[in-house]
Amino acid sequence: MMAVARRLVGDEALAQDCVQNAFADVFRGLDGFEERSRLSTWMHRIVVNQGLMALRKQKRLQEISIDDLLPAFDQNRCRIEEQWISAETPESLMQRDQTKDVVLSKIASLPENYRIVLLLRDIEEMSTSDVAQTLQISESNVKVRLHRARSALKMLLEPLLRGETS
Amino acid sequence: MKTPMQKMMRRIHGLLFKLPLMITCDEFEGFILAYLEDDLPPRQKFVFETHLKVCRECRDYLAAYRTSLELARASYRDDPAAPDDMPEDLVKAIVAARKADG
Ligand SMILES: [Zn+2]
Repeated sequence: MMAVARRLVGDEALAQDCVQNAFADVFRGLDGFEERSRLSTWMHRIVVNQGLMALRKQKRLQEISIDDLLPAFDQNRCRIEEQWISAETPESLMQRDQTKDVVLSKIASLPENYRIVLLLRDIEEMSTSDVAQTLQISESNVKVRLHRARSALKMLLEPLLRGETS
Repeated sequence: MKTPMQKMMRRIHGLLFKLPLMITCDEFEGFILAYLEDDLPPRQKFVFETHLKVCRECRDYLAAYRTSLELARASYRDDPAAPDDMPEDLVKAIVAARKADG
């Protein structure tokens, strides 16, 4: 549970609060639980909700705008994309020491609305409809945000993927 | 920055994408998520894959998009507690205790 909270709020003390609150929610909600879903799935949802509440309270300042991180097209509606000369595999990239830290810090720097969707869908592996429900947005909105988040992350990771040091 | 030749090639590309069964790069962009989740109807999937064959830019882009997604997943994977490692036993014990309490 701690790992889930830490991934969402990115701060140790805050993550601990979330887990404590989540446990309180778990106690309160146990009577209504009734084995509908697996306990772990249910508890996972509760921690996620606590994490989201904590983030809402803790307004983050100066985020990068997602528009600056989206792919570019020219006037012919053709993509502008520099050629990739050597493409390294994720496996070989992961073998390098800094890769994981760079990736985690780039994910942390994504605008929050997008970062949360990416975390819930791609990392916590929740379904599109579950994410839509949790965030109270439409499924098509989840999909749009997920794709933009991934595109933005791709752009942020380009120096790493192209083997440039930064 | 760009030679006249490169400029012309780009314009030809732009015209090519106006042919039947062709889409422009920005339309391609809108299909990526559905393609990766295998949500495209056969005809759109064909159109998507055709664009991928003729467009170097989108091919490179999609490859990098997939790699960075793979890296994101891998970076979290060795996290000590995956979602599945919830303390199921602990919660069961708590449930039992609460029931005993009445
Ligand atoms: Zn293209």
